[in-house]
Amino acid sequence: MKTLFTNARLIDPENGTDRPGALLVENGTIKELVYGGNPDLGVAAVDCGGKCLAPGIVDIGVKVCEPGERHKESYKSAGMAAAAGGITTMITRPDTLPATDSPETLEFVARRANEAAPVNVLPMAALTKGRAGREMTEIGFLMDAGAVAFTDCDHVITDTKVFSRALTYARSLGALVIAHPQEPGLSAGAAATSGKFASLRGLPAVSPMAERMGLDRDIALLEMTGARYHADQITTGRALPALERAKRNGLDITAGTSIHHLTLNELDVADYRTFFKVKPPLRSEDDRQAVIAAVREGLIDTISSMHTPQDEESKRLPFEEAASGAVALETLLPAALRLYHSGDLDLPTLFRAMALNPAKRLGLYSGRLAAGAPADLVLFDADAPFVLDRWKLNSKSKNTPFDGARLQGKVRATYVAGTCVFEAP
Amino acid sequence: MSFSQSHLLGIEPLSPSDITAILDLADQYVDLNRREVKHSDALAGLTQINMFFENSTRTQASFELAGKRLGADVMSMAMQASSIKKGETLIDTALTLNAMHPDLLVVRHPHSGAVDLLAQKVKCAVLNAGDGRHEHPTQALLDALTIRRAKGRLHRLSIAICGDIAHSRVARSNILLLGKMENRVRLVGPPTLMPSQISEFGVEVFEDMREGLRDVDVVMMLRLQRERMDGGFIPSEREYYHRYGLDADKLSHAKPDAIVMHPGPMNRGVEIDGEIADDINRSVIQEQVEMGVAVRMAAMDLLARNLRARPKEVLA
Repeated sequence: MKTLFTNARLIDPENGTDRPGALLVENGTIKELVYGGNPDLGVAAVDCGGKCLAPGIVDIGVKVCEPGERHKESYKSAGMAAAAGGITTMITRPDTLPATDSPETLEFVARRANEAAPVNVLPMAALTKGRAGREMTEIGFLMDAGAVAFTDCDHVITDTKVFSRALTYARSLGALVIAHPQEPGLSAGAAATSGKFASLRGLPAVSPMAERMGLDRDIALLEMTGARYHADQITTGRALPALERAKRNGLDITAGTSIHHLTLNELDVADYRTFFKVKPPLRSEDDRQAVIAAVREGLIDTISSMHTPQDEESKRLPFEEAASGAVALETLLPAALRLYHSGDLDLPTLFRAMALNPAKRLGLYSGRLAAGAPADLVLFDADAPFVLDRWKLNSKSKNTPFDGARLQGKVRATYVAGTCVFEAP
Repeated sequence: MSFSQSHLLGIEPLSPSDITAILDLADQYVDLNRREVKHSDALAGLTQINMFFENSTRTQASFELAGKRLGADVMSMAMQASSIKKGETLIDTALTLNAMHPDLLVVRHPHSGAVDLLAQKVKCAVLNAGDGRHEHPTQALLDALTIRRAKGRLHRLSIAICGDIAHSRVARSNILLLGKMENRVRLVGPPTLMPSQISEFGVEVFEDMREGLRDVDVVMMLRLQRERMDGGFIPSEREYYHRYGLDADKLSHAKPDAIVMHPGPMNRGVEIDGEIADDINRSVIQEQVEMGVAVRMAAMDLLARNLRARPKEVLA
């Protein structure tokens, strides 16, 4: 079966191009890209109407609350939200209840994902049992069961002996380890980034230096062990020189950042708005600018939604007590397009960070517009304006910081292996 | 006399004329409180509920007395002992309260911003009696009234706030209030007890106390919590007293007529020398307590006037 996407603005992150053209899909795989004019192949055609056609987003670090807290988010609701947000592959987090730390739990997750989610779901597993930082999980069995990476999420493994052994063991299997660079002694109890704003609001705060200290430690452990490593979120300017040096020295390291740290800063918390409480906390405007520049230069490789559903009860609390995290599957693309409309990042750069680089890091051949790649695609109107209403989100939890925000960029359709999984009404 | 607010959540939203309105009315209540019959009917028929989610003796007593002298029906709830222990959330507490139809709600809470959150959910006027490290507006107002009465003005004064600034809501509210009224504010204390980037608040920061007190008109001491004396923030009580405790020698660097203030309760021999605290020529600590009742009467009176001026359907 062949489908031709005509009259499209093709966003090709691999070649860094943004040009009008057509794209031929055959049996769920991209067959050919045709630039300049629409070929007449006599096959079923989708007229893109001059809108953007880009590789579907590969989102590392999505929290789906199965098992344990299905009232916050299920594979069905998360899958629908992802499809509506142009995300074709969710890389799910193991910080479930209980933690996804055994092949049995992982099989449950994989089964639920296959049954309920219309997009690709690739699970991550915990690096240590119960994410407690004491004993490593069955990394080999978990890889056999389909784990694409290993992470304790926001739990920092403080015992460096445990962490270095887990890294060494993971290296022997070629497993990717994803860590949360943070010095936990400094960040304990913090609800904001230290600075004028936190002082004015009287919030317990963490120095942005805690991130660099955590990263410095992890880099030293990488030098020791040679493991494959990805930092989940780099959010401060101070951490960037260390990352750059580590890359230059040839360590197998990549880094991501979250859409919230790219598009919001600490002042957005305003009068203790808990939907803006994320982990790590929102940073200063200087840090935000530094992180945008690092994405532009490719120093920061990936952008994630860091989708973290929280119910109303866990957010309707005083700021210090409120849970961290924000839902973002459906707002990732429109929020990222703020950076395009502001002239900070072009579309191929955005999709390099949201699709190509995450796919490459996980050894997937998606995330690109290339012959032979799976036809995981998102068709979107980069300019269409709208005001976000959180009650219209597909996610079961509605904790978005963008409620009421004016955004630009609507997904028209999402395709997974050539099959349409979402079409805008 | 006009007051623009429907709650008293902090000094931050107040204008200089709001502050002056409270202080002017409080002056009248100081006179009332010194009479034999200390009663007015300003709050007659209104219900005042004090909710303290954190221990307090003085502030709670002061608010209670203020409400009673103005004729309100006053009830105090010690929340740390009650439903919060049973897992009730702050929002549920607010809904429960709405059903009791209070008119004035006085709240103290250990977390910054908690009083703001409560104020969004209840239908009455809310007074912040201290939230976390954020604000303690009535303390700053009573300090301002004390200064104004002792110095004859509340502008162009040089005022040193000394001690644990980082954990102090009293310090934050005072920095904001004294700044709004155009005074020079100095902060004195060890760097471990200073909030980050505090110099951006338009204050001067001193680590040396003698230098910080040079030629000031007002010395405002803060209480150092016991749990912060054990090496976490400062090495020891005695080293703190040596470097930052207010004694006669350090005070001699201030102006000869400088007044000494403390929000209480004092740690004699930790942050302040007992003799200075009791020196009737310098210490205004007792006046502060007296002004506290008057300022709280004024604040509740002004909020009640705004409450009564609201359209009836909003009140219902």
